[in-house]
Amino acid sequence: MFTPHTESEIASMLKTVGVSRLEDLFKVVPESCRYPNLDLPAALTEMEARQELELLSEANETAHDLACFLGAGVYNHYSPAAVDAIIRRGEFMTAYTPYQPEISQGTLQAIFEYQSLIASLTGMEVCNASHYDGATACAEAAVMAFHMFRGKRSRIVLSPAVHPHYRQTIRTYLQGYPDLTITGDETGVDLQQNPSTLISSIDENTCLVLVQYPDFFGRIYELKAIMDAAHAVGALVAVSSDPVSLGLLTPPGDLGADIVTGEGQSLGLPLSFGGPYLGIFATKKEYIHKIAGRLVGETIDKDGKRAFVLTLTAREQHIRRERATSNICTNQGLMALASTVYLSLIGKSGLKQVAALSYQKAHYAFKRLTQLPGYQAWSSSPFFNEFVIKCPKPVDEINFHLLDHGILGGYDLGLTYPELKDHMLVACTEVNTRQEIDGLVNVLSEVTHE
Amino acid sequence: MNEPTLYELSSKDRIGVRFPESDVPLTDLPEPYLRKDLPLPELSEVDVIRHFTHLSHLNYSIDQGLYPLGSCTMKYNPRINEETARLPGFAFSHPLQSIETTQGNLVLMYQLQEWLKEIAGFKAVTLQPAAGAHGEFTGVLIIQAYHRDRKDTKRTKILIPDSAHGTNPASSSMIGMEVVSVPSDARGNVDLESLKAVCDDSVAGLMLTNPNTLGMFDEHIREVIDIVHGAGGLVYGDGANLNALMGIIRPGDLGIDVMHFNLHKTFSTPHGGGGPGSGPVGVAEHLVDFLPDPQVAIIEEAEEDMPPLFGFVKPSKSIGRMKAFHGHFGVLVRAFTYIMMHGGSGLRKSAEMAVLNANYLQARLRNSYHIPYDRICMHEFVAEGRWPEVEGVHALDIAKRLMDYNFHPPTNYFPLIVPEALMIEPTETESLQSLDAFADVMVKIAGEAHMTPELLKEAPHNTPIKRVDEVKAARDLVLCCWRPEE
Repeated sequence: MFTPHTESEIASMLKTVGVSRLEDLFKVVPESCRYPNLDLPAALTEMEARQELELLSEANETAHDLACFLGAGVYNHYSPAAVDAIIRRGEFMTAYTPYQPEISQGTLQAIFEYQSLIASLTGMEVCNASHYDGATACAEAAVMAFHMFRGKRSRIVLSPAVHPHYRQTIRTYLQGYPDLTITGDETGVDLQQNPSTLISSIDENTCLVLVQYPDFFGRIYELKAIMDAAHAVGALVAVSSDPVSLGLLTPPGDLGADIVTGEGQSLGLPLSFGGPYLGIFATKKEYIHKIAGRLVGETIDKDGKRAFVLTLTAREQHIRRERATSNICTNQGLMALASTVYLSLIGKSGLKQVAALSYQKAHYAFKRLTQLPGYQAWSSSPFFNEFVIKCPKPVDEINFHLLDHGILGGYDLGLTYPELKDHMLVACTEVNTRQEIDGLVNVLSEVTHE
Repeated sequence: MNEPTLYELSSKDRIGVRFPESDVPLTDLPEPYLRKDLPLPELSEVDVIRHFTHLSHLNYSIDQGLYPLGSCTMKYNPRINEETARLPGFAFSHPLQSIETTQGNLVLMYQLQEWLKEIAGFKAVTLQPAAGAHGEFTGVLIIQAYHRDRKDTKRTKILIPDSAHGTNPASSSMIGMEVVSVPSDARGNVDLESLKAVCDDSVAGLMLTNPNTLGMFDEHIREVIDIVHGAGGLVYGDGANLNALMGIIRPGDLGIDVMHFNLHKTFSTPHGGGGPGSGPVGVAEHLVDFLPDPQVAIIEEAEEDMPPLFGFVKPSKSIGRMKAFHGHFGVLVRAFTYIMMHGGSGLRKSAEMAVLNANYLQARLRNSYHIPYDRICMHEFVAEGRWPEVEGVHALDIAKRLMDYNFHPPTNYFPLIVPEALMIEPTETESLQSLDAFADVMVKIAGEAHMTPELLKEAPHNTPIKRVDEVKAARDLVLCCWRPEE
């Protein structure tokens, strides 16, 4: 399809190679299973492929056509047109990892700027070039903390209010460390008492305390108490944060966090059914030799001109091989670029505004919904752009009904927290209009009366 | 001239994007929790577009020319893939929507699983891993889970040939396995005697890159696999080099138990300056139950007028979740588009042309560069960037000199078993003219190395910057432009 040679070119190339037929190139391949007949549909032209994919995509009902109140770690924010225009440039999109700095300064400077913006936003000193997503960034934080104490501390205290997928991913990543225990998020812990019950789990054997802020239920709370309890026994604290919330909230770095991770999707990336997203990972400078992932540093070229280059590569898997503690060898390059363009476009006032609008819309929705008969607030904590509401009926039933009215309802918490059956996690962003929120309220009030 | 950083371009109170005023009654902000300052730059949209456009001009990319990075498969990235991934029905779908509202996505994922199974000869495929290294990690976790499930707990070693990919050892040690290196023989195959010597009941598996990083298809592939299976171990296939094999042979048919695909290599999705990738993993029948959670499956069979219902299931002995949600869906749409436009015969042709192009370049360079393992190669080959009669010229110098002629260099210093290695993978999308232009320049550089070696040592001369001070970067560690004082 994208192979340019003509028959006569192929013939002349084969001659140069010194064989007579293409088949001669594959004689080393065991004959008994050479040239399998692949049972795939016949090749389509670009026009036909596009038509088929349009049909498939139209089989979905999405936030493009529905009013979206679904969040739970992924948010329907607006991404300005310039973000996609930049990441579609072939010079960025079709380049490889910037191993050759002389011809990769575009990618390298963009990553350096990404590191700078995220460090500023999270209140940390340094940031790597990114991990796969918010979940794997948390898992890398756990692995790093374990190695920091050379395996002498074997306890990770994990808040039950960390995204369920993140907690599952951390457990997958740590299967190779049989001595390590993860505690704090056992079924049955009082979810409303977060974070004070968590503090009681922290001991001298704890290498890491991992919390989410705002937490999975949208709540904001006193982070400092956790920091103090962890630091008192010498443990590290990692905080997973939605970066948009940090347009308003005091960043965990300013409160003493050792590591800040996060899902960067909210910084201008499409929902895209779960990926590709962006795993934010920022930390203190003193831990820089312990972190996984790519880093770009500033230096000079031999004429003394400012230049950027991948640095501290001796930590990485292709050099340390089996002594490396992570095998990551990519970052989410293009997604990190998208978030960099997003943050530079919306800038200081824009991010504050996006965060404030999300906060305002969510609070308006909360006030209206909690006034409806049959619906109750689950928590009295302050929250950012997301909150939990107890419903009079199963959430999947309600959502089915909402769909009929062009509304994508919130997340059914009973799916991952059995004790929160009939509880819905409702999210708002700057995209939600008052009319949409009023529509949600109206349909939910009808549900009660049925 | 340097491009200023975003912070250097910033101008106080400048605004790039406007948002509507709030249309809802205002609630007080939570004062005690508010940040005092937000040290982000302040730019206009024009500032931003020009800044990143200037930066883009400092990059080399496939769109500009041949990118012969060995084992990276830098093939052309079709533009239709970018269009399909951005169709609103895909791009605006939330990963936690109900399956009833996302059947389009689920059909696509299911179909892609089926196609990848067919292409590589496996019983099942997970689309969840985010990149090749993530797929490797998934694969070794599956191997570990398989042995644990059989209560075969003494298997603590992973064998890795010295011609394998650089990530393999780190992936193995991440699950607490001991890594044992296996040497290659004089023809670039896994050395069978050495392999036998280390194969015992402590071996969990072998991680095999085939074709290996020398570009060689192992001449004793069946024996290698049999020896490992005979010792009770499993064979992991590193699928990074699958581009040579599509429609030629299916790794599963050879007896490979588990393998990752690199959709960003073999299936043309863009590398994006270092990501996002996508690293699906295929497994043979005995490993199906260990796949990550969740898998896309048919959960209600089709009935008369109703299509089947697609949804998610958790394999019975799953290793667990590898990341949040369901994988890099946007990358999956691109790979799906690519396979749709190729069909079985198109994929085979891609592999054949990739192998032809590599052999053609190898033939054209044979008289100018030493080819240490000189036989028919697959999609890539390794040359030595040194000559006995020339002192002080290194592979790195050749790489840098290529930039002066507007080519991206090959992978250098890898594999480690070839001194001054230059690992060259042209891919199938390069024309004869482009291959010839590259070969001509390589031959010219070999001449320069003999006649005017300082041209190489001082190279590059024509790039936006010259060679950089890497020691200073690591010593001074400036990783952020410092945020301006408020």
